[in-house]
Amino acid sequence: MSVSYKIRHLEQLESEAIFILRETAAQFERPVILFSGGKDSIVVARLAQKAFWPARPPMPFMHVDTGHNFKETIEFRDQFIEDIGGELIVASVQDSIDQGRAVEEKGPNASRNALQTVTLLDAIEENRFDAAVGGARRDEEKARAKERFFSHRDEFGQWDPKNQRPELWNLFNARKSQGEHFRVFPLSNWTEMDVWQYILREEIPIPSIYFSHEREVIERDGVLLDNGEFLTLMEGEKAEKRIVRFRTVGDATCTGAVESTADSLEKIIEEVASARQTERGGRADDKRSESAMEDRKKEGYF
Amino acid sequence: MSTDDGYMDMDLLRFTTAGSVDDGKSTLIGRLMYDTKTIFEDQLEAIERSSQQRGDANVNLALLTDGLRAEREQGITIDVAYRYFATPKRKFIIADTPGHIQYTRNMVTGASTANLAIILIDARKGVIEQTCRHSFIASLLRIEHVVLCINKMDLVDYSEDRYNEIVKQFTDFASRLDIKEMTFIPISALHGDNVVNRSENMPWYGGSPLLYHLETVYVGSDANHVDARFPVQWVTRPHSEKYHDYRGYAGRVAGGVFKPGDEVTVLPSGFSSKIRSIDRFEEEVEEAFSPMSVAIRLEDEIDISRGDMIVKPNNQPKVSQDIDAMICWFSSDHTLQPRGKYIIRHTTKTAKAMVKGIQYKMDINNLHKIESDLTIGMNDIARVQLRTSEPLFFDSYAKNRQTGSFVLVDAFSNKTVAAGMIR
Repeated sequence: MSVSYKIRHLEQLESEAIFILRETAAQFERPVILFSGGKDSIVVARLAQKAFWPARPPMPFMHVDTGHNFKETIEFRDQFIEDIGGELIVASVQDSIDQGRAVEEKGPNASRNALQTVTLLDAIEENRFDAAVGGARRDEEKARAKERFFSHRDEFGQWDPKNQRPELWNLFNARKSQGEHFRVFPLSNWTEMDVWQYILREEIPIPSIYFSHEREVIERDGVLLDNGEFLTLMEGEKAEKRIVRFRTVGDATCTGAVESTADSLEKIIEEVASARQTERGGRADDKRSESAMEDRKKEGYF
Repeated sequence: MSTDDGYMDMDLLRFTTAGSVDDGKSTLIGRLMYDTKTIFEDQLEAIERSSQQRGDANVNLALLTDGLRAEREQGITIDVAYRYFATPKRKFIIADTPGHIQYTRNMVTGASTANLAIILIDARKGVIEQTCRHSFIASLLRIEHVVLCINKMDLVDYSEDRYNEIVKQFTDFASRLDIKEMTFIPISALHGDNVVNRSENMPWYGGSPLLYHLETVYVGSDANHVDARFPVQWVTRPHSEKYHDYRGYAGRVAGGVFKPGDEVTVLPSGFSSKIRSIDRFEEEVEEAFSPMSVAIRLEDEIDISRGDMIVKPNNQPKVSQDIDAMICWFSSDHTLQPRGKYIIRHTTKTAKAMVKGIQYKMDINNLHKIESDLTIGMNDIARVQLRTSEPLFFDSYAKNRQTGSFVLVDAFSNKTVAAGMIR
């Protein structure tokens, strides 16, 4: 027999992620898919659509909304979820602030990024979710490289990186005590490049801010921030128009743009292939300290 | 497609790296990533900053892989870390496992999904206990390709004699193991000799540099494409008007090849049917094999649920409640309890398992069987007999890594306490 039974890397990653999503549906009572409208969560949503086809994904989608969004992302979010026939839950950071559950940061670099953790954990508890599926990848950041597919969270939503369950072969252990939950990461083994290639291959729509466009930005500590309604200008800062695109779509106050003329998926892929900065290189939230991500994750961040 | 097909359509190789403390494993990974331009400017700047703060002489590439604060503070790797890089030929997933605390547990974990293992040997020290331990685990987990990187050749003056001596030491030891393919490469991870580029310091070495080997080693025959096994993971029933009668058995092929029209038998019921279609989202595929995730529809309505297995009538797995296995114990809280009851997870099935017997424990430094002391603690490897609460459908691990493996879970702490390979 000379036939070679082999599948290529994107198919292998897709197959693995679909396996994880089906395992999530089978092993948990009330899983939810976290959906921000960013490219990684879009890929997760697409994989969920495939995993359970022709049935609808047996879990709702939830957006933890900082209120500091790019409007393009929100329009996209609503349309995308409607198109795949999903159910959308919006958990709002503004509500957490209004209820006194979270306190807004002060100063010109104030961001609601960290406050999302409060809203997320409250929403998980309120809705009695026992698994929250996210689009985080191990290649994004060094603390994430230690993350499991099925990642345990204690009753306070905390991650204990030094005491994680080993994951072997295709076997995942989702057992937990009352009040605990899991984070599930089907894209663990994907890289930024894999995500873009998959979006291209599958012709998946993405928000327009990923493509090159003209935008008024402020340069702060080497990061280009959108000069939108949520940004407070510091002394001496001046907004200027640049041709940019975004590599991630987080909170508008801390997500940096990159100067780019890539206006198609093909050009973005070329750009990613020759990029000399990681995609999170433009995220002011990660630059706060060397273990900024680890600290946030331990508290229960995505 | 208009983009470079080289990127769209690549092979995937998963490998694990094992080494002892200070043998330069993190430096090697850093070197592979640095020389293949996987490390980005901002990452490099960050580790340059940290190296300076720590007072390291060179840029400390190990800081790239040690992601947790405690690891950087203590200069050690705590947990399995996964790393990614790609060349125009292949995409690579590295399971980087630490060499010290919890070494066995972490290496077993990293090895369980790997096609290839890199084992580092310090050229000054030669084959030491830890080398033997790592090789034994690679053999136990049936990693078919093992690469012995004899590192720090710069510290033995790039000596061919020293290299040959170590190759002989290792070959003698490994004759007692079951490793399909062994490759030896003399390297200096620190200076980059024979990592990505051929070393000018070792003209006597006629083989390939490490990266070339990783790019070209043939791993196509590693998966089982003979014995058809499909553990049912999820039953898809849309209950929609358009797909009113649709009933798909979703799962990931664990072995062999399935095609529409194939006669199949469903375990445990033993009922037979024919495959009506194999669905992958909206398309029907001509064949499905490991590791594809698909949904199988059958001609007949049979009661099938998660944990059942679809196989071929003339090639069935073993069906039994008695399991003979090698296990690696993971828990630091408790030792393995004789007559103890655990939860067993095998393919998509969950059952209870009782420890009926402990036959021996391995001294993995010298491969001796210990029968006098049967206390099985963390990192111990032992041969045990289990009795399960219902029959499992399994093959030997040697025949199929998916249907021959299991984990044990403690019902009280919910922790994964052991990994098992069925004999």
